Amino acid sequence: MCEVGEDYRESAPGGPPLTRPGREQKCVKCKEGPPVVVIRAGDAFCRDCFKVFYVHKFRAMLGKNRLIFPGEKVLLAWSGGPSSSSMVWQVLEGLSRDSAKRLRFVPGVIYVDEGAACGRSPEDRARTLVEVEQVLQRVGFPSHVIALEEVFGLPPSVLRCFAQEPESVGTEGAYKAAVDSFLQQQCVLGAAGEEPWSQPRPQGPQSLAGPPTAVQTEALSRLFDSVKTLTAKEELLQTLRTHLILHVARTHGYSKGFSDERHGDVVVVRPMREHTLKEVAFYNRLFAVPSVFTPAVDTKAPEKASIHRLMEAFLLRLQAQFPSTVSTVYRTSEKLVKAPRDGCAASPPGPRCLLCLCTLDVDSADSATAFGAQTSSHLCQMQAPGPQAEAGTPTTLCCCPGLGGAQGCCSSPPWTPCRLTSWPRPSSAARGPGASRRSKRICWGTAMMRRCPVGAEVRALGPHPTRNRQARTGRQGQAGCLWLSTCINKNVLIRKLYSTHGAGRAGPLAVCGAGQRRAPQGRLAGAAVLRQAGGAAASLPTAQ
Amino acid sequence: MVSIFSLPRIRRSLPFPPRPDPEMPAPQCASCNKARAALRRPRSGQALCGTCFCAAFEAEVLHTVVAGRLLPPGAVVAVGASGGKDSTVLAHVLRELAPRLGISLRLVAVDEGIGGYRDAALAAVRRQAARWELPLTVVAYADLFGGWTMDAVARSTAGSGRSRSCCTFCGVLRRRALEEGARLVGATHVVTGHNADDMAETVLMNFLRGDAGRLARGGGLGSPGEGGALPRCRPLQLASQKEVVLYAHFRRLDYFSEECVYAPEAFRGHARDLLKRLEAARPSAVLDLVHSAERLALAPAARPPPPGACARCGALASRALCQACALLDGLNRGRPRLAIGKGRRGLDEDGPPREAEPEPSGPPASEPVPAF
Repeated sequence: MCEVGEDYRESAPGGPPLTRPGREQKCVKCKEGPPVVVIRAGDAFCRDCFKVFYVHKFRAMLGKNRLIFPGEKVLLAWSGGPSSSSMVWQVLEGLSRDSAKRLRFVPGVIYVDEGAACGRSPEDRARTLVEVEQVLQRVGFPSHVIALEEVFGLPPSVLRCFAQEPESVGTEGAYKAAVDSFLQQQCVLGAAGEEPWSQPRPQGPQSLAGPPTAVQTEALSRLFDSVKTLTAKEELLQTLRTHLILHVARTHGYSKGFSDERHGDVVVVRPMREHTLKEVAFYNRLFAVPSVFTPAVDTKAPEKASIHRLMEAFLLRLQAQFPSTVSTVYRTSEKLVKAPRDGCAASPPGPRCLLCLCTLDVDSADSATAFGAQTSSHLCQMQAPGPQAEAGTPTTLCCCPGLGGAQGCCSSPPWTPCRLTSWPRPSSAARGPGASRRSKRICWGTAMMRRCPVGAEVRALGPHPTRNRQARTGRQGQAGCLWLSTCINKNVLIRKLYSTHGAGRAGPLAVCGAGQRRAPQGRLAGAAVLRQAGGAAASLPTAQ
Repeated sequence: MVSIFSLPRIRRSLPFPPRPDPEMPAPQCASCNKARAALRRPRSGQALCGTCFCAAFEAEVLHTVVAGRLLPPGAVVAVGASGGKDSTVLAHVLRELAPRLGISLRLVAVDEGIGGYRDAALAAVRRQAARWELPLTVVAYADLFGGWTMDAVARSTAGSGRSRSCCTFCGVLRRRALEEGARLVGATHVVTGHNADDMAETVLMNFLRGDAGRLARGGGLGSPGEGGALPRCRPLQLASQKEVVLYAHFRRLDYFSEECVYAPEAFRGHARDLLKRLEAARPSAVLDLVHSAERLALAPAARPPPPGACARCGALASRALCQACALLDGLNRGRPRLAIGKGRRGLDEDGPPREAEPEPSGPPASEPVPAF
């Protein structure tokens, strides 16, 4: 790849068949200085032009969205890594310089110590904290060093979404009006001497109020250990970190954070998002930006360990061949939003996920994927072999065969039969209010496996998971049904599977058959276990 | 002296049959409980025997068609038959379901003119048509597009130093050819055999290429046919590729299973690679992608102006010329890359209205160097 210094002329062996424009001797912009770094697909910049380019990108990001008002308090989330260090450094330089476009807001820095989630020892963490303090001293902004354990002490108001309309920032007039109103508000607040939305402060404003207790650390590591996949761990970490930062921002009166308007009152801005990793790395190196290395949850994890790592590795590989991959993907995702459901574009926003405050994807219509999404692991299994004896009779739906008298499920039939195939379809009444908290989180994944009466016996399924909890308990051998709660978060799906019965719960797959054998292996991977198919297929002709 | 011929013969059948393991006997089929299970469904892990699996597969396709109201009764459906596994399975399933749905089928095969590949595939299609007694129509690029076959296109795009982008040409022209073929046989709907893996790969590919417009349009089960085009749908959209292969195996369908000669250069290979890795990490990734693609729409600021009609052929076009006409125009002018990529500089003198997408901010060298 392109290297700093004089080696830029050597082209990588076996690289893409691009002509290497690094052969020019001069910077492409000022045409005078010697180039030190190649940005994008072949623009070589000299040191000063690179700095100008970098800073300009940062400012443009801030200025383009017109989100930061002058004099506002902005919280900078610093993780110690290269990108956030670069960001803090930019802010520092932007404030200190007497240039024409001096940044005009009041910054504060927050550092979240995530050592407990990564399983680091207290001594390591203490050492990191010392380095962190040094850097923060140098930077000189009011800083907050928080340990992740404090997430246990957060008030539940963190999760409440303040339904506040973000100010329209489209036109010049709107911006000015917003700024004016903000300044007025500040004056009022200054007079009143208190902030309307603050919570009682739990600890001192500056550094952390003592190291976190061992109990909390242990609770946190237990929490993270209980999460099975690395993907989920990373997501959880991100969510907790966001909540913590949000809470600090709210308590100390920061109305903007640098790091989505999901949270209503505190707006999160990400000014570094147009900078590629390569530019950040070179800038930090050339201009000696201090940073602290902290190992993260996925440090040294292999590529397949989590979806984040997979995507990262893939994009980096592709970027090597097609240099504009990252910016293309980023720009595309900027243009996309979640489609409003047909016919109800102006409906009020639906229920929100508890943790990340995104709207739940509740599929009330009979979308094709809702049926086709036969789920991956837990499945709705068959019941006792009793009803199988009378094969061929299509048993009525939502009936609990094998149990005398279906209790709660038939009483409030949440079905409407499909008019074409007379299959059951969950009616909208099934989602009315008064539902239990858990079952409100329904979404498209409610997969009921049906058998269309096309030659095969109709297999009656377990009951529709009703609202009535009592009806569900106390049934043994009952087929479990599945609840899938899908929270769509800008193309990242987090799926939480809830199964309502012991038979269907995590672990062995109940295979229906004479004697109800259980498959010894655990959760089945979706990749077909075709060994058996391969072996059995050879004997298939004889079986038929 | 004992000769070997007097030793008792040990009977062995080749290959060694699977020994029944008393610890873990093969499970029974979860549906009929009679036969031994022959496979586990890739998605749900359910053990099924061959017949039950085929029945389940057909049931799902039927539900897809019926729930989405894709093929109303009385429709004349043109099946895009390439001879590959997807279109073979599609044709077979639709043929089974045709009396139930009340539709009639026609097979339309497209001959792109790729030597060594397409002719063998067409032979498979002809065999199928003969076996199923369905009318078959073959449309060739050479007839429709003024003598351009894919081999000729590949030759003309080959010399520019970048990799060939013949897949772009082939895709656009094939859809046009399918449309023409369907009109020839008097069809009212067009169906193609795209499966869930294809759809997921398309979503990923559009992300990587930055095609926000296609991402916003592409979800759902097919297009209703705007601007005079026939409605198109994909009944196999929710069946994963493994299931399609298994179905073809259990029904002993005869198909042509090699990949196109130009396939290794396609950009789709990257998307496919990513999809396979994602599937290994999280098995539900394929359907998740298809589902989330249904939910995407363009932000109001990025919406392009509504499309008009092509100046030459009258089909739907967001610029003055539709893509097929633009590509052919470029080929005929000797500048095959004319219509590929953004901007399309120099294509029309009067300058069609640009789409609302912002141009890439860097210099032209930063455009992706793809083979698509």
